[in-house]
Amino acid sequence: MTSPQVGDRARIALVLVSHSARLAQGAAELAAQMAPGVLLLPAGGTDDGSLGTSYDVVSAAVAEGLVGTEGVVVLADLGSAVMTIESVIELDDTLDGRVVLADAPFVEGAVAAAVTAHGGGTLAEVLASAEAAGSTFAQSAAGTADDAFPVGGPADQLAGAAGVQDDSPGAPRAVTLRNPLGLHARPAAILARLVAGYDAKVTINGVNAASVLEMMKLGATGGRELVVAAAGRQADEARDAAIAAIEGGFGEV
Amino acid sequence: MIVASRDELTELDRQIGDGDHGENLNRGFQAVVAKLDGMQQDPAQIGDVLKLVATTLMSSVGGASGPLYGTAFLRAAKVTGLAELDPSAVVALLEGALEGITARGKAVPGEKTMVDAWQPAVDAAVAAADSGADPAGVLRAALDAAEEGARATVPMLATKGRASYLGERSIGHQDPGATSTVVILRAAVAAADAPGE
Repeated sequence: MTSPQVGDRARIALVLVSHSARLAQGAAELAAQMAPGVLLLPAGGTDDGSLGTSYDVVSAAVAEGLVGTEGVVVLADLGSAVMTIESVIELDDTLDGRVVLADAPFVEGAVAAAVTAHGGGTLAEVLASAEAAGSTFAQSAAGTADDAFPVGGPADQLAGAAGVQDDSPGAPRAVTLRNPLGLHARPAAILARLVAGYDAKVTINGVNAASVLEMMKLGATGGRELVVAAAGRQADEARDAAIAAIEGGFGEV
Repeated sequence: MIVASRDELTELDRQIGDGDHGENLNRGFQAVVAKLDGMQQDPAQIGDVLKLVATTLMSSVGGASGPLYGTAFLRAAKVTGLAELDPSAVVALLEGALEGITARGKAVPGEKTMVDAWQPAVDAAVAAADSGADPAGVLRAALDAAEEGARATVPMLATKGRASYLGERSIGHQDPGATSTVVILRAAVAAADAPGE
């Protein structure tokens, strides 16, 4: 189950700046599981590995991230981590327009940005994806997955007129989630990468299937029914590929 | 000067910060001295020296003060592409430094930070230059105002930076960042007054 982009090199690298070397490495590890093939560079801790941020560590990671890529999106955790990366960008004029700091939560932003980078996103797209992660996170705390379907469940959406199947391109189809753990991080990332490879906008239970975080917040568990729909030039292909991935249990069953 | 003040700064920082400010700045300025001593020829412009200070502080001072002072010297360097400073250039240098610190740290006066020393220093420098002071006089006016500003941080409640985590307990201590600002300006005045410099 691979998207057409797998094997292509991502255009954008990520640099993860934290006060803690282990926190930066952990965030990189988490994002790498969902977006293998994206250059993820942890830049945490001071030169001697204690807590803090180092100008030299951060600027070296930025330089490494620019090798063979179009640009670098940076995630940072607290106060001086933000100041350090801002200083790195300000001090070197050649970084202007190629290295950007995302105004995003560290972990959620890193995951969202990595998946978008994996799908071949541009600097602006990867940045936007990271920055959207903040609002997604806030929304998920405010509501539950079922809020997306105020009238009945997903199946009611499908029923339409007296059970007649809608054959228009990308029309909604129901599929049962087979893997026991449901739509957790790894399957959500597989779906997001998959749909990024099609010229279509795919939704699952009404949320954007290109967003790992949106899908994870559905909280869909094993055995649950999902409704997949798509719009766009490759609507049918994208929808059917997503359904096949779900039916295949993401390689977990 | 910075070296001599290391213990004082570290002690202040130990009271309301994480106790490393004096040590960090000492390391940073030691590195600056080493770089300046190692130069093959004297830099042509003041801005060249300030830029060297900026890059050295950025990479050798840990914590938030590295980026803060680094950016201060960097912005100051941008307005001092000159062989010598006249009074208005000294004002521009100080304004550049303050601008860099506020751009990076987003602090405003009254939050118990180094801005509480820098803002009065810049205001006093502007007034001194307007009233016809020479470059050293402008610096002295800035230093005097910074000292007063730093003392005024004692009763303040910290609302920015590390000390803000302490809340009410930050009251009664002089801010380490405002204090190191005074130390740096004192060094500048001493250098300006030194014969042959």
